[in-house]
Amino acid sequence: MGGIRTAGDLVMWMQMTRRMRLPEAKKYVTEKLKVAPEDLVDECEMRFVREDLGIGTITANPGVPRGIAAKRRIGELLGIEINSVNKMWHKS
Amino acid sequence: MEDVLTRMGDGQRMTMSPSQVKEELLAGTKNAADTGRVPPLTSSDLEQLFEIIADRNRVVTVERGKEIVLTDDLSCVRHTGDEGAAGGVGIPMSRLQAILVHERSYAQDSAVFQVPYGSGGNIQRVKEKITIDMQAHETVSLLTTIPMFYTFAPAVLWYYRPNGPYANPADLLPQGKIREAREASEKAAERLTEDVVYIGKKMYSIGCDAINLDTCASGGDAEFYSNLNIVSKLKQEAPHMAIEMGMSNEFVIGVHGEMTFDGQRLAGMFPHQQIKVAETSGVDIFGPVINTNSSESFPWNLARAVTFVKLTVEVSNIPVHVNAGMGVCSVPMQPTPPIDCVSRMAKAMVHIARIDGL
Repeated sequence: MGGIRTAGDLVMWMQMTRRMRLPEAKKYVTEKLKVAPEDLVDECEMRFVREDLGIGTITANPGVPRGIAAKRRIGELLGIEINSVNKMWHKS
Repeated sequence: MEDVLTRMGDGQRMTMSPSQVKEELLAGTKNAADTGRVPPLTSSDLEQLFEIIADRNRVVTVERGKEIVLTDDLSCVRHTGDEGAAGGVGIPMSRLQAILVHERSYAQDSAVFQVPYGSGGNIQRVKEKITIDMQAHETVSLLTTIPMFYTFAPAVLWYYRPNGPYANPADLLPQGKIREAREASEKAAERLTEDVVYIGKKMYSIGCDAINLDTCASGGDAEFYSNLNIVSKLKQEAPHMAIEMGMSNEFVIGVHGEMTFDGQRLAGMFPHQQIKVAETSGVDIFGPVINTNSSESFPWNLARAVTFVKLTVEVSNIPVHVNAGMGVCSVPMQPTPPIDCVSRMAKAMVHIARIDGL
């Protein structure tokens, strides 16, 4: 789907953490992001959505959270527990 | 209609008339139906498959809205490994660098951190060096935004002689020592389970988000039994670590013959049966394998693969990420899989088999 260039990583998180099938995972992410279904794979739209939400962008964009900081926000946004965030962020 | 440019299962280019392609598709789905005792594809499915294969474009893709997510088993080795280690391109770079390229240059949906090159996938060696991987995975996980999987092959073969402590069923069975072969399989499976659960718990402790058990059941039913038990145990010990199970073969070989899980005999299971025990064990994402027959055509192999996968997806309650690469899922057996076949396979799997990912 395009990873952090679009919303591929977010859909992936839902498959991993909730065992969601693809249509359900896409619908869930669409609702959480408050975007149209077609925006999920639209690089132009997702570039700004991701920057606004601080969930990591594909391009090197100084100041925008990435890595564990972005994952912490992704966990909160999607309402899921992310083990790396639990172990590395919340314990810090 | 013009002849269709396609390939054999070994990648060799060839042309077929439209009627020949249709005959191959019919033969492929019939082979799957006979072999696996599964329903063949419908005439509508076969018509769609024909259109995908006969498309005049070199590369084809899915319709808007049908995009899928990808997991893989090679993110690091794809960059750093050699051709024999699954099509690696031999760039001298670290595993961390390879992962970041994977995330930010390839825009992949997830990535795998692989056991050190040189361990040969031997779980006993992975276990010995697990602290190195714990530290390295921790660093990778701090820097990546996409979900990171830790991957290795939970293979029972390393526990048999000459590599491991137990007698090798491949030596015992030809001598008629069936009881001894079964005992050796059971002991090896138990050790494999202990070792992989140990590795999984260690990785969970440093914040690993997921593991990918790659090429499961390569050593037959005893290995599959161990793989399923690994998942069951890890789901209790590491509840927030997802587990992807990728198979090695379309058919579970009965090296032991009597191994069961959840009351189901494992030997002889096909993908639509494998996924049900995988679900029960706690697997979060399942990757079925359909073997490519390099002596048959790409249309034959594709119809056969779609037949198996379509049913697997239909009976599944968890995401299905089909294992698709050289030599599996109709992709020709070539270290440089041709994009015309790979893209047609992907489109057919999305539109006809309705997969959740690749």
